[in-house]
Amino acid sequence: MQWNGAASGRYRRRLALSRFNLRMSLVTMALGMLFLFWILATLFANGIAAFSPALLTQMTPPPGSAGGLRNAIAGSALIVGTATLVSTPIGILAGIYLAEYGRDGWLARATRFVNDMLLSAPSIILGLFVYTVYVLQVGHFSGWAGSFALALIAIPVVVRTTENTLRLVPGTLREAAVALGAPMWKVIVKVTLKAARDGVITGVLLAVARMAGETAPLLFTALNNQFWSTDMNGPMANLPIVIFQFAMSPFDDWRTLAWAGALLITLAVLALNIVARAVFRQRAMR
Amino acid sequence: MGVALPLVEVPMAACATASPFDAPQVANPKIAIRRLDFFYGSFQALSQIDLDVAEREVTAFIGPSGCGKSTLLRTLNRMYSLYPGQRASGEIRMNGANILDNATDLNLLRAKVGMVFQKPTPFPMSIYENIAFGVRLYDRLSTRAMDERVEWALTKAAMWNEVKDTLAQSGMALSGGQQQRLCIARAIAVRPEVLLLDEPTSALDPISTARIEELIFELKADYTIAIVTHNMQQAARVSDRTAYMYLGRLVEFGNTDQVFLAPVRKETEDYITGRFG
Amino acid sequence: MLLTARRQDALFAQVARAFAALVLLLLAAIVIALGFAAWPALLKFGPGFFVSDVWNPVTKDFGALAPIYGTIATSTIALLIGVPVSFGIALYLTEMCPTALKRPLGTAVELLAAIPSIIYGMWGLFVFAPFFADHVEPFLTATFGNLWLIGPLFEGAPTGLGVLTAGIILAVMVIPFVAAVMRDVFEIVPSVLKESAYAVGCTTWEVVRNIVLPYTRIGVVGGIMLGLGRALGETMAVTFVIGNAYRIRASLLEPGNSIASALANEFNEAADPVHRGALVALGLVLFVLTMLVLAASRLLIARLARREGATT
Repeated sequence: MQWNGAASGRYRRRLALSRFNLRMSLVTMALGMLFLFWILATLFANGIAAFSPALLTQMTPPPGSAGGLRNAIAGSALIVGTATLVSTPIGILAGIYLAEYGRDGWLARATRFVNDMLLSAPSIILGLFVYTVYVLQVGHFSGWAGSFALALIAIPVVVRTTENTLRLVPGTLREAAVALGAPMWKVIVKVTLKAARDGVITGVLLAVARMAGETAPLLFTALNNQFWSTDMNGPMANLPIVIFQFAMSPFDDWRTLAWAGALLITLAVLALNIVARAVFRQRAMR
Repeated sequence: MGVALPLVEVPMAACATASPFDAPQVANPKIAIRRLDFFYGSFQALSQIDLDVAEREVTAFIGPSGCGKSTLLRTLNRMYSLYPGQRASGEIRMNGANILDNATDLNLLRAKVGMVFQKPTPFPMSIYENIAFGVRLYDRLSTRAMDERVEWALTKAAMWNEVKDTLAQSGMALSGGQQQRLCIARAIAVRPEVLLLDEPTSALDPISTARIEELIFELKADYTIAIVTHNMQQAARVSDRTAYMYLGRLVEFGNTDQVFLAPVRKETEDYITGRFG
Repeated sequence: MLLTARRQDALFAQVARAFAALVLLLLAAIVIALGFAAWPALLKFGPGFFVSDVWNPVTKDFGALAPIYGTIATSTIALLIGVPVSFGIALYLTEMCPTALKRPLGTAVELLAAIPSIIYGMWGLFVFAPFFADHVEPFLTATFGNLWLIGPLFEGAPTGLGVLTAGIILAVMVIPFVAAVMRDVFEIVPSVLKESAYAVGCTTWEVVRNIVLPYTRIGVVGGIMLGLGRALGETMAVTFVIGNAYRIRASLLEPGNSIASALANEFNEAADPVHRGALVALGLVLFVLTMLVLAASRLLIARLARREGATT
């Protein structure tokens, strides 16, 4: 019997099917890359054209005139920064509880389940929730409300990554610390968490990247502000809402600024992702 | 249960001068390996292997870790072709053709040269399907005929009575020894010509090991078998011919009795007596 | 030390526990708050709210059917296109990709996932929709518009904005997530198992279909559900291109509305409490919908796992 050549029709069909499917997978990959480049190219082409120092020095303009994005950038930084400061400790502590204390108890299981739900909840609904319980009660939009909504998005991410990373720390490390007589909280904070530090940082960075790109939750919470304001207790300018408003408008000046803002956000998010990846890889190599 | 070949008297003079690089001693071999080199990237794992695998006999490959015995086994069904960067040169003739040739159809080759791995690998399917799956690829059988084939394969693998009532159960639910016998049944169900066994019992307990060794002894009446084992005693129990390899080279090859009782090369003797490896 | 080591431990444990409970309470709070806010509207319109496609802020008659339809239609399109393409990408990355390209291409796919959704919306509105309107929609109408059953799906003026466009953009958004999950689970399949299948003479496709897919089906199902959840709740990518029209038309080329885009477009302008209430009710529907999808996926996964696990 030869190993090549005369094969049955059935076998040739099987072979042809395999070849066809593998070629189709190549096509889908090419398609994916095509869209990626198309989107990024559009973004960069339109965004760079709009880049100028004015972005950082001038405020958002009224329709029909040129301006910058200074208040929006500052506002976004404040809102996202506050949300990070709030969500990181909550997320890490809850993650610690799930990995170190609760493990498989009823509270831990329920929390994990709920955490998954929050992770999948549409961000616009979270914004709506904050509107209902906070904005309505105080009677006005505010940067605090925006931060609140963004924190709700970030907390589940941090909880999950913290728990997963802590679980990867080998039990022998914990046992060695406990064997020295250290109290549990010290073991967790000074040994386990340190060992998991890189993974936790990656989780926080990814959460920040996610928050930075979100528009919907800010629609009903921070709203927007034409002028410069660092008062978190009032409506606050922020990049995503500005982009939304300007892009949907019929004014060219505004649209140009929208592209610039879009490019800024994308660069920030991509940078955060790359840094998070680098941190993660460093850890994996150690 | 020992080696079934009658002891062949090999004149000492012949042994002393016989170099392992002479033309190997098998007439009409099932597989003839000539000048085989193998590379993982730039690392050469096999050098100029010349070897014959006799038909309907068990040929064992032994040697310390890293000597290349598994690598050699995996050239016989071109399994290495799955991985870029691994390549072989030389000749491996089977059924009149060189299987290292680029024109060789790998799927057809593998349908005729079966393989059982060190770790039992039941497919995520029922026991029945595990066996039927491979058969269906190349044969079109009626349900009755398929049932018969499945029963035949499981019987040959000495497990029909154990599983005949639970054929619909997942293959992964069996014990380790049973899973390995399932893999053997699966391999022979497609009626290959050659069976490659890569340390088939190293992950099993002694009782399962013994059963599989009995199985190998029975199977060789119908199949050409090549077995890699790091367990010398197993090689001595089970095989007709043995090849001792070291650092990618074939050091000695001959009848099992001769290799174990009167090895020609000192390296072989050192390994077998445990002075080394 | 103000507190003994034991008290420190107890305090720390309590604090950690409290934060975990906080997460739990959050979900309850969301359901309750939204339910309260939506209640007046739900009470006023009754169950008819869910089957009426009228949305009239002037007469204050609201029905959720059009946005619900839009949400489901766009998500269905997104999955119909997205799942096979994601599978193809995962297949390519694990079986066909040259080793040197694996990491860069894999990273490229993940970066696609990181792009904020508003970028997709802008690109959709300014670049993709016009392209779609000029080159693809006329072709679709011409080729399929007169066919027997599916013809009505493709009628209409080629504006480029509509349910189909939104569905396609959603697909592009969802693909990186689902592809990444699929690729991750495909890579975990032990190579010995795949080699065993090759060893009986399977072609590569047969190995994937009969060994890799069944082995990874739990992960694959999870990934698809993840994509679905995302598609249902996506706001910005859809709002830009769906056309903001409260009506249900057979044609996919017509504009429509999804729950998220309705909320994004109208909520801040809705002064009337009934209008607002109706919108919050819509939000509640979306929330319940996503939670149902999540619950269904967990149930499905548990059932699949049980079938596999019960056999060990």
